[in-house]
Amino acid sequence: MSANIPAPTAQQAKPAGVHSRPALELQDASVVFGSGDTAVTALSPTNLKMERGDFLALVGPSGCGKSTILKLVSNLIQPSSGLVLVGGKEAKAKELRIGMAFQNPTMLPWLTIEQNILMPLKIVAPFKHTYRQDKKGAFRDRVHALLAQVGLKDFANHYPWQLSGGMLQRSNLCRALVHEPDLLLLDEPFGALDQFTREELWQIMQTLYLDRKPTVLLVTHDLREAGYLANRICVMSARPGRIISDEPVNIPQPRDIGIIYSPEFVEMTQGLRELIAQVRSA
Amino acid sequence: MTDSQRIRVLSTSLIIGFFLTWEVLCIILNVSDLILPRPSEILVTMWTRFPVLWPHILQTLYSTLFGFSLGVIIGVALGVIVGTSKIAYAVAYPLLVGFSSIPKVAVVPIFVLWFGSGTTPAVLTAMVICVFPIVVNIATGLATTEPELEDVLKTLGASKSEILWNVGLPRAMPYFFASLKVAITLSFVGAVLSETVASNMGIGNVMMTASSNFQVSLVFAGLIILALMGVALYAVFSFLERRVTGWATRGNDIAVT
Repeated sequence: MSANIPAPTAQQAKPAGVHSRPALELQDASVVFGSGDTAVTALSPTNLKMERGDFLALVGPSGCGKSTILKLVSNLIQPSSGLVLVGGKEAKAKELRIGMAFQNPTMLPWLTIEQNILMPLKIVAPFKHTYRQDKKGAFRDRVHALLAQVGLKDFANHYPWQLSGGMLQRSNLCRALVHEPDLLLLDEPFGALDQFTREELWQIMQTLYLDRKPTVLLVTHDLREAGYLANRICVMSARPGRIISDEPVNIPQPRDIGIIYSPEFVEMTQGLRELIAQVRSA
Repeated sequence: MTDSQRIRVLSTSLIIGFFLTWEVLCIILNVSDLILPRPSEILVTMWTRFPVLWPHILQTLYSTLFGFSLGVIIGVALGVIVGTSKIAYAVAYPLLVGFSSIPKVAVVPIFVLWFGSGTTPAVLTAMVICVFPIVVNIATGLATTEPELEDVLKTLGASKSEILWNVGLPRAMPYFFASLKVAITLSFVGAVLSETVASNMGIGNVMMTASSNFQVSLVFAGLIILALMGVALYAVFSFLERRVTGWATRGNDIAVT
């Protein structure tokens, strides 16, 4: 599969083939917290469609409902109206396989890094059925391979408190990917890191993505992050949020980290920035 | 010498100093050994009467640990029920507080009434007295689990029991072990209390009998044995605590950075 082909955009959402169900689809999904006079609309009815293997970045002012979309997809909250379909099925269904990385690494402090990353295999079918036999063998090898890929192969038996923020976030990515999710949800996972660590992790993330080609939904404040990693960027308006722009990123992958300083890239992020500035003041 | 060594040396000398002062004051002030026997006399009594005391030590230990084990089982079960549901927590709290505020001495006559004197009331008192701190701590540990940690498993489609098993309970372990240290001490108090009132076995009973026979140094021997047993039980559980929940006391940004 060539990465040069720009991903189709949602507005002209003609499915590539009738047989292929979109990996993720929001149909007029909205979220309202509370009821009556105190009701707060977190997300206006939103339509969004992602094809398999898409890397979509969702950007927008804070409080616009970006994270709400992630919570909808990961089934942490239910839509007040509309539908959320993951792989053609409603997000309620148990069998969907989702990997999620939050801004906080949220490693369980009583487990080693290896045990933390093994956790999804303990919970998610079909891995959980063979967890007892495989945790010392095949599953452990898989964890170690992932750790090696993110440069943490010597840290499997460390506890989370022994690792730096960047290392924790790398382990977090490993945990989100270990059970080969069809859908990877990233909620500002690099937000709390310094610039150098962040760029390093962008490159690691790109490699992980290109190796596995999961469908990725990334929520971020960082426009350069969106531009470097994603092949499609959606901009959301201020609260109550809705998607106001949906553009492909036509830069072939893998991308060199240097491109974030190239004129075309800067021009693209400037455009996004102005758009967000407009919706903020609107 | 490191700080911890210095502290150890100082607290050892404090203990020795305490008994030395006691001994010296008794001699200087010429205190009758019917009022306050000297530590050396108590030590001699402990040594010579040890074969007689030993079964009573075992009896007290047995009542304490048996009652404590029952208390832990009940306390953990109740704590899990109360802690996993906000509604259960709110509903059960007044009743739990009511139970906990009953002075536990008051339940001993009831148990004696129901089961006669002997081992049973001692075990039951030890149980009743230690349940509440365990329930409260387990429930608090579960109720204060960071939602972020639970979300990690929820997004994986984990069931309620999987979340409880993999996040809630390990997260509540430091609370649980902190409560065990309190609970074992309370159980011990409860067992001795019940033995004192209604039993013909156990250190509590020995002290009661010795007191009515004016064997004052035996009373004090019992007291010191109780202190040693209490310290030993406490030490065992704080050792276990450090082994099992060491993660909770290392580093300060471990849960959510």
